[in-house]
Amino acid sequence: MTLLEQYHTVVGEAGIDQLHQLAESLKGLRIVHVNSTREGGGVAEILTRLIPLKQELGLDAHWEIITGESDFYQCTKQFHNGMQGARIEMSRPLIAAYEETNARNAETLRHNLESADIVFIHDPQPAPLLSHFPNRSGKWIWRCHIDAGRPYRPLWKYLRRFVTDYDASIWSLAEFARPLPHPLYLVAPSIDPLSDKNRELAREEIETVYQDWNIDRGRPVLTQISRFDRFKDPVGVIQAYRLIREFYPVQLILAGGGASDDPEGKEVLAEVRAVAGDDPDIHILELPPDANVTINALQRISDIVLQKSTREGFGLTVTEAMWKGKPVIGGDTGGIRLQVFNHHTGFLVNSPEGAALRIRYLLKHRRKLEEMGEKARHFCSENFLLTRHLREYLTLMTAVLHGVEERIEL
Amino acid sequence: MGEPFAIKDCALISIATGTRAQDIREFRDRLQTTPPACIYYHFWGGLLRPCFDEPEYQNDFAAWAWHGLRDSTLAERLALIDPTQCTCLEELRRELLDIVEERMDESEWINWVRARTQFYFTHAQIVVFDSGKRIKKPDKLGNSITKMSSGSIFYHFIDARKRTEHSKNDFSEWLSQFGDEYTPLSEHLATVDPYFTTLSDLREELGQIFSEHAPKETTGEKT
Repeated sequence: MTLLEQYHTVVGEAGIDQLHQLAESLKGLRIVHVNSTREGGGVAEILTRLIPLKQELGLDAHWEIITGESDFYQCTKQFHNGMQGARIEMSRPLIAAYEETNARNAETLRHNLESADIVFIHDPQPAPLLSHFPNRSGKWIWRCHIDAGRPYRPLWKYLRRFVTDYDASIWSLAEFARPLPHPLYLVAPSIDPLSDKNRELAREEIETVYQDWNIDRGRPVLTQISRFDRFKDPVGVIQAYRLIREFYPVQLILAGGGASDDPEGKEVLAEVRAVAGDDPDIHILELPPDANVTINALQRISDIVLQKSTREGFGLTVTEAMWKGKPVIGGDTGGIRLQVFNHHTGFLVNSPEGAALRIRYLLKHRRKLEEMGEKARHFCSENFLLTRHLREYLTLMTAVLHGVEERIEL
Repeated sequence: MGEPFAIKDCALISIATGTRAQDIREFRDRLQTTPPACIYYHFWGGLLRPCFDEPEYQNDFAAWAWHGLRDSTLAERLALIDPTQCTCLEELRRELLDIVEERMDESEWINWVRARTQFYFTHAQIVVFDSGKRIKKPDKLGNSITKMSSGSIFYHFIDARKRTEHSKNDFSEWLSQFGDEYTPLSEHLATVDPYFTTLSDLREELGQIFSEHAPKETTGEKT
């Protein structure tokens, strides 16, 4: 069974037919995606499945990564934070490592990128690549997955010169987009319903996590799955949990998958452990990048999923939780606002107290909790699955190849 | 026998204009100059882009008036605008501006409120493509509609209003070539309000109308 046939069962025939029809005019085009890691983080997860799907539709799609040393990743992690508004130190040695790494990778990738029909460059890490391809023949598109609505200005001033010359850019939300002299396309990301992180699990696979992590199945489980990053506010989640504890015997799971380009994670993890102290009902799980089935199971055993971010890109962990029929209590920021609708799919909150209030409400009104979970799953299946994402990519590629026409009749 | 009905489909890709408003004055000013495509997008784009399908307010302008400005009066008035009642996008723009300016005149505080979230003027490119499917007989159209993608429903029932001579939908236009027999069905379809609904509900409603008008011997019901 082909990948696309597998998606029939999830999105139906019309959705798959639509992809074939849209891809017809793009068949044979050489499409290359470039990012900085093959595992860890939402971008790698999306590309893992998006590339084979494009190939099945007849596109000559490839995925390349740029590689660097620790100073490169340290720099790009700083950039990530800076794009989200943090004041960062833009040290000359790190900037030099950034530019040199891109120059070196440009040579490695020259053959693959120079003649490609469409090149997608993901996030700031490989953004300077374009400047090394003056003889490029195709369209180059910069895909920014980060909330850059209020970036650290000196950083944006620096990065802008690398991204200005792209033919187009893609942003997850209009709020994130920076003014640039080319079309600013808006494409929300997605989750893959067939991946290990989102597929249906066998009972034994779910049972395993209760045993492995010593979780009591008789008491409510609150979970936040995300990297140990200050913007995800794991400490705020612990504060909310403590406010709940006097009313409900809840257990809290804070599970963070590491990413190979995230050197700051360890520092935040240590801070979170210190705040949690020796509370046996706070489970802090440091998961390897391939712990997808575990994450899937943890979300499924949860009563409520939290994503109490103070800054967020799109918030794919929210999407994943909704796909599993869980209401989400999320920070009132970024793409979480596009997914969490008060009293429908969860609640948006602005403080640990707000999170605690909504958790109490949902634990008290179990029927409402179930209804909201069901609605969240339906909403996710209609809007945030990989097939919708792929359709938008195909539409965008068609649009980019046709220029600025408002209406393109194939 | 007339031309077969060619089932087309469409997909939309949103584009940020980079223009935004953070209070009602900016909103009014930007609204005066924003391209007509933006106005179309903020009324109809929600049907094709990823969007919560039980919004409190049907168009983006009304939603922002509530979520951004927290002005329920303005939100209610903007939400009541039915774009199908306006003959062109400039008329729709005028209608929007009238309501916004009226509200600015009657309420002192609204002129000084800074919105919680900004309004981002957005437009879209639309790609129309052929599904390859053809309907030759009118009595096959109803069944086919129930299987159409949301993009096809949008293209043939909503987008068609901009394209067809009488601002109708493609189904009614096509049925008109088959004579009086299909006139009641054609007219019934033309009465359907495509606003205040979702594309899946609209598809269901259209399918229902075809069932109601199906020949007596097929359904056993009165036509």
